[in-house]
Amino acid sequence: MHASVRPAVSVNLPPSGTNAAARESEAALSMRMTISKVNFFYGSKQTLFDISMGIATNKVTALIGPSGCGKSTLLRTLNRMHETVRGARLEGEILLDGKNILGQDVTSLRRRVGMVFQRPNPFPKSIFDNVAYGPRINGSKTPIAECVEKSLRRAALWDEVKDQLHKSAYELSGGQQQRLCIARALAVDPEVLLLDEPCSALDPISTAKIEELLVQLRDLCTIVTVTHNMQQAARVSDFTAFLLIGQLIEFSPTPQLFTMPSDPRTEAYITGRFG
Amino acid sequence: MNRRLRWRKFVSAFMLSLTGVCAVVAVSVLFLILSYLVFHGGTSVSWSFFTKLPAPVGEAGGGMANAIVGSAKLLLLAMLIGVPVGFFGAIYLAEFSSSATAFVVRYAADLLNGVPSIVMGIFAYSLAVLPFKHFSTFAGGFALGLMMIPITLRSTEEFLRSVPASLREGAMALGASKWKTIATVIVPSAYRGILTTILLAFARIAGETAPLLFTALGNRFWSSGWSQPTASLPVAIYNYAISPYEDWHRQAWAAGLVLLGLILVINIVARGVLARGISVSRS
Repeated sequence: MHASVRPAVSVNLPPSGTNAAARESEAALSMRMTISKVNFFYGSKQTLFDISMGIATNKVTALIGPSGCGKSTLLRTLNRMHETVRGARLEGEILLDGKNILGQDVTSLRRRVGMVFQRPNPFPKSIFDNVAYGPRINGSKTPIAECVEKSLRRAALWDEVKDQLHKSAYELSGGQQQRLCIARALAVDPEVLLLDEPCSALDPISTAKIEELLVQLRDLCTIVTVTHNMQQAARVSDFTAFLLIGQLIEFSPTPQLFTMPSDPRTEAYITGRFG
Repeated sequence: MNRRLRWRKFVSAFMLSLTGVCAVVAVSVLFLILSYLVFHGGTSVSWSFFTKLPAPVGEAGGGMANAIVGSAKLLLLAMLIGVPVGFFGAIYLAEFSSSATAFVVRYAADLLNGVPSIVMGIFAYSLAVLPFKHFSTFAGGFALGLMMIPITLRSTEEFLRSVPASLREGAMALGASKWKTIATVIVPSAYRGILTTILLAFARIAGETAPLLFTALGNRFWSSGWSQPTASLPVAIYNYAISPYEDWHRQAWAAGLVLLGLILVINIVARGVLARGISVSRS
């Protein structure tokens, strides 16, 4: 088990890179979040074992692995959504900008670390009110309408819905609903956006749109996405972590993990031998 | 083979007609009552029925204005007690309580729901009549309010629980506190069901007679205040129906018709209101 806290950037630069470029790239890579020695339990059942990894700022980090490997659980610890489940217990440390999130006020933490779920879950409200929800409960200073438009544009949904902002969110298609949920999460300007298999309930065209969006959103915030689709991880992410039965098997830059996996289990998984 | 097929067709047809007949019986009871009420009471419902006090015995005419106003006051009081207690209690049950507490409260509410209304009346009598030494509108409203609590509580809880957990998570993930989540997402998602529940509870207690017999008592004149006895439609129906006078019988039918009409109108208006807004159901 050799999962380093930092992805091994220096050893995996594109062939054109010089040593100077390597040093520069490593220096530029700051960590937005750091997970260290995290163990997680549901009651007496342990589901995460001693996980340590960093989440690089303004990059897309993908968590992959077979069903039940703990990737969603790990994701949910990052904004402490695991606390909504009775009997859940977390040991270890998760730092956001150098401060442990476990001691912080949970509502302000979740404003900084937003989340998009597996199935689109718009509120039974209008499109506008869905996006405005976060800014409203948090007492945003910028005018709400401005914020809603900005967020919908960022989620690449504005052009499709600008004339029907007051219609029910349920009248949108599944893919549009998921982008609405992304806009809703973006409306509070999170530093980190967590996505829990955001495309698993969507058709291929909607999936392509969301993937494109993730790549663009990287400039706005740090993204962590869970996916069971390896091609998707390869397409959208900068770093990939491979988990297996609650353990972090390998964590490297995405091109390296998919072309030169260092662990035989990773290779077995990405070549489709199990999972 | 052919025989078996015929037998299956026969069973299918038989069950279809059986269920159909039962459905028709269920609906026709309502229509029978309605038409009976209209037939007997329709002719006695006049303008003076709504505006005049009951006429002295032996004199024809008169109305039930005091009973209509009295019923309205009693129902208002009942709603003031039953709706908030049932509603907030349901929120506690559905959102905050441990499963053991919830089980006990739910069980108690179900038992309370099954308590005969006359027993509710005696309870209210000993609590809100005896200490003050006279019957009052308050006591009547209190008795009806007590009856509303378990009905509102149980159904509101069901509707709150039926709100998908994903909505809860969505709100929490945006930094909403537990209470904020309940107030801005969960209750609005369930409001249709909750309002329907309140309406049903309202309709259920609007016709209750027994709890009023020895709380609000009844009154042949205008009630002189909230702490005084008041007339009400159900009690008026009861008194008039067992009287020996033909004219009073007709008025009792009319009062029944008015009571049913009021409940119907409130139901229709509320459903009109409910039809607007965004539903939580997903297709």
